[in-house]
Amino acid sequence: MATISIPTSNVSTGATRTRRRIRTRLPAAFALLPTALVVLVVYIGCMLWTVRLSFTSSTLLPKLDWVGFAQYSRLFVNDRFVTSAENIVIFGALFISGCLILGFLLAVFIDQNVRGESVFRTMFLYPYAMSFVVTGVAWQWFLNPGLGLQKLVRDMGFTSFTFDWLVNQNMAIYTIVIAGLWHGSGLTMAILLAGLRGVDEDLWKAARVDGIPTWRVYTSVVLPLLRPMIVTATVLLTAGVVKLYDLVVAMTLGGPGIATEVPAKFVMDHLFERNNIALGTAAATIMLIAVVAVLAPWIYARYIRPQGRHA
Amino acid sequence: MNAAEPQGRRPRRLTVGRIGIYAFLITAALFFLLPLWIMVVTSFKPMEEIRLGNILALPVTLTLEAWTKAWSSACTGLECNGIRVGFWNSVRILVPSVILSIIAGAINGYALSFWRVKGANVMFGVLLLGAFIPYQVFLYPLVRIFSLTGIYNSLTCIVVVHVIFGLPTMTLLFRNYYAGLPIELFKAARVDGGGFWTIFLRVILPMSTPMLVVATILQVTGIWNDFIFGLTFAGRENLPMTVQLNNIVNSTQGERAYNVDMAATMLAALVPLVVYFVSGRWFVRGIAAGAVKG
Amino acid sequence: MAAVSVRDVSVAFEAVRVFDGLSLDIEQGEFIVLLGPSGCGKSTLLNAVAGLLDVAEGQIWIDGKNVTWEEPKDRGIAMVFQSYALYPRMSVRENMSFGLKMAKTPKPEIEKRVNKAAELLQITHLLDRRPDQLSGGQRQRVAIGRALVRDAAVFLFDEPLSNLDAQLRNELRVEIKRLHARLGNTTMIYVTHDQIEAMTLADRIVVMKEQKIQQIGSPDEIYRRPSNLFVAGFVGSPQMNFIKGRIEGNGTGPEFVSGKRRLPLSGYRFSGKPIPGQEVVLGVRPEHLEITGAGTWSDFKVDIVEPMGADTVIWCSDGDGTIQVRTSGSKKAAPGEPLGLGVDAAHVSLFASETGERL
Repeated sequence: MATISIPTSNVSTGATRTRRRIRTRLPAAFALLPTALVVLVVYIGCMLWTVRLSFTSSTLLPKLDWVGFAQYSRLFVNDRFVTSAENIVIFGALFISGCLILGFLLAVFIDQNVRGESVFRTMFLYPYAMSFVVTGVAWQWFLNPGLGLQKLVRDMGFTSFTFDWLVNQNMAIYTIVIAGLWHGSGLTMAILLAGLRGVDEDLWKAARVDGIPTWRVYTSVVLPLLRPMIVTATVLLTAGVVKLYDLVVAMTLGGPGIATEVPAKFVMDHLFERNNIALGTAAATIMLIAVVAVLAPWIYARYIRPQGRHA
Repeated sequence: MNAAEPQGRRPRRLTVGRIGIYAFLITAALFFLLPLWIMVVTSFKPMEEIRLGNILALPVTLTLEAWTKAWSSACTGLECNGIRVGFWNSVRILVPSVILSIIAGAINGYALSFWRVKGANVMFGVLLLGAFIPYQVFLYPLVRIFSLTGIYNSLTCIVVVHVIFGLPTMTLLFRNYYAGLPIELFKAARVDGGGFWTIFLRVILPMSTPMLVVATILQVTGIWNDFIFGLTFAGRENLPMTVQLNNIVNSTQGERAYNVDMAATMLAALVPLVVYFVSGRWFVRGIAAGAVKG
Repeated sequence: MAAVSVRDVSVAFEAVRVFDGLSLDIEQGEFIVLLGPSGCGKSTLLNAVAGLLDVAEGQIWIDGKNVTWEEPKDRGIAMVFQSYALYPRMSVRENMSFGLKMAKTPKPEIEKRVNKAAELLQITHLLDRRPDQLSGGQRQRVAIGRALVRDAAVFLFDEPLSNLDAQLRNELRVEIKRLHARLGNTTMIYVTHDQIEAMTLADRIVVMKEQKIQQIGSPDEIYRRPSNLFVAGFVGSPQMNFIKGRIEGNGTGPEFVSGKRRLPLSGYRFSGKPIPGQEVVLGVRPEHLEITGAGTWSDFKVDIVEPMGADTVIWCSDGDGTIQVRTSGSKKAAPGEPLGLGVDAAHVSLFASETGERL
């Protein structure tokens, strides 16, 4: 009876295989090292340091003492801060819903086989290529009460027309909303249009044979299909809301008075001009908490819960 | 066939619906074009016309005076050398920032999608989360770090900042793109004996042209239009055009020269506008690519 | 009176003109199949009949009415699509009743029709499910159900089975045939590139190529007397054998000559007078060749044998080209074996080399 012998020298042991695997992955790990460093130092480190500073009494330079929640209590009685918080909520709600609605309408109307579609698209999207400073300056000029829109309409005969929102304490924030909508609707339109174009053409044919009126197809059939795109657009828009700074600085500088203060500006002002690092970082921490509060449920719903279902 | 009977193409009736569609689109177009129109029109008017006239009207006397003033003698703070200083500053910031951030994003995207490094996906997740967090949360400590290392308020500083905050988007862009490439390509290259860098430079990078174009468009637009980082990190000698524009417009004492303001705004908007019109479809692709998250 | 009449129709896409004056009459209750390769225009024609495409010239008549300018919903048609096109977030019941709701059909009537269609297609148990919870075959049944409830006189099918796997395709094919039988007077226009579907389902087949009708006829006619080379080669699997040659008139009558192969054509039904010396292509189906010891054509050697179970296909060659022969599955043959082939001229097809037309 013949025996078969297996040469042992050709079989790699578990140890050598692991060593080889590590060796080949080394360059990849090195390549990712700088980014990992950045994530650690900046994204995590700086964030933690900011939070730490909010518990101090630092003014011009950082001082690592501990004052508990003193800065936070100061924040909530600070007129500027409270106004900025209100403003960002107003802006956020109007900006996001406005961009979604306007973007959707623009996308739907463009999708109707109109002549000059690409011309329209170009015109709706170019504002997104503009910086917020340019946007703010242009709208500031257009809404100038003495020389802009108000004068224009008055000169046309409507002498009692007023549009002094820009200098009106109660209405100024809405001018920021208008400028924001001008800037961001094109982006929303582009995203939703891409979604619309992805709808199966046969679906439209079937609806036509079934005699479903076009508007009804949009509401009952297309809109549900568009949900992922709407979510994407909302996420992008929301990310932009909290970062609102350039536009306000360029358009109203937080004014008139503090009517258009926003959290980002509050932080910047206190960190660099008002020499109050502790208060500034406290405000920044509040911003952080707000963003996390909004993000966490979305991330949970998107990434963590589905895992559980498929496991 | 009876000529009175329907035959051939359906008659195109101009229904109310059709008119409504065009009405809406044209109105919207006017809304979007308005600021651009008044910027252009104002920048060519002399100040007397602006004070008296209609903001929408074409210039009666066309003058380039505002443009030359904006370019070479407008006051941007302490100096009055015009916005061309800012223009060249922006260029000097733009070029290295765009190049470095794209390279970083491409390498990261490549490493993440083809090579399995432990913890890489966690790092990527944190990076993505970081993209949502407002810059103000990172800003002050970052300023301190740069001060301590002596590069605060320099060109290096602002470039580093742009690279750092461009990492999430760029990495996401390239990772998603590479994830769509057939993995067989990569495996074949491995079998042929390629290592990390060889495969990247010889196989993957040559195939990345579409994404390189998209990334360039996104970064050029984003970095040129940046305000907050330029303000905080660039230092007085390197202030980008956006900061200078804001200074020209919002920090003048006395009567404002609106035409100069608008000319300066146009100059600042020129580069992104050109990029936008030239890139056409690619611009939209960039948005789509950046928008398809996770 | 024809149920559907296409009269002198042309369709234009941008500058391109498709169908220059195409005409077709379809009888009431007929199951007609538009068959052809991709791009031949069959779907375009179907969409034009449906009203989803505008005709540039000509008219479309359905049930005695000129519907050239009517919207699809007013033409009395129902349609089933290749990709099912079910409304995604609605239940099966809602999918089937949506169109009727839009037409303001009273609720009891809607329910009656939906239930009847569901029964016919055996999808009653699926009525409350959503499309993403159904398999491909179930989705297609729902799509057919949605078409059924419209109580239309004309049904249009646009490659409905192409997205299904082979077995499902066979099942649903039979169901569609059964449906047509049960519905009695319903006219069905069916588009496909699959000649088996065409042969099994059709009362008449319209074979199309490059936006022109090649032949209209019953499956039998198309199969046995294809009117040109294209139709002959498109229908039938394994494909018809084509042999290039000439007609030679010798004393006893016309003969087909190709190299050392000769075939007397006395049994062949010529449509006109055979012209001696004309270049022709002879077509003979694999099943019409008989394996004999000393046949009409000898000197063949077996090349490859493909046993398919019920049949065996033998590829054989005589140095002048390969011929496929279909014979019973019990026949055994080995490569290299000598073979003789018997051919009956009554079963062959002759085509002019130049035009491809049948002689």
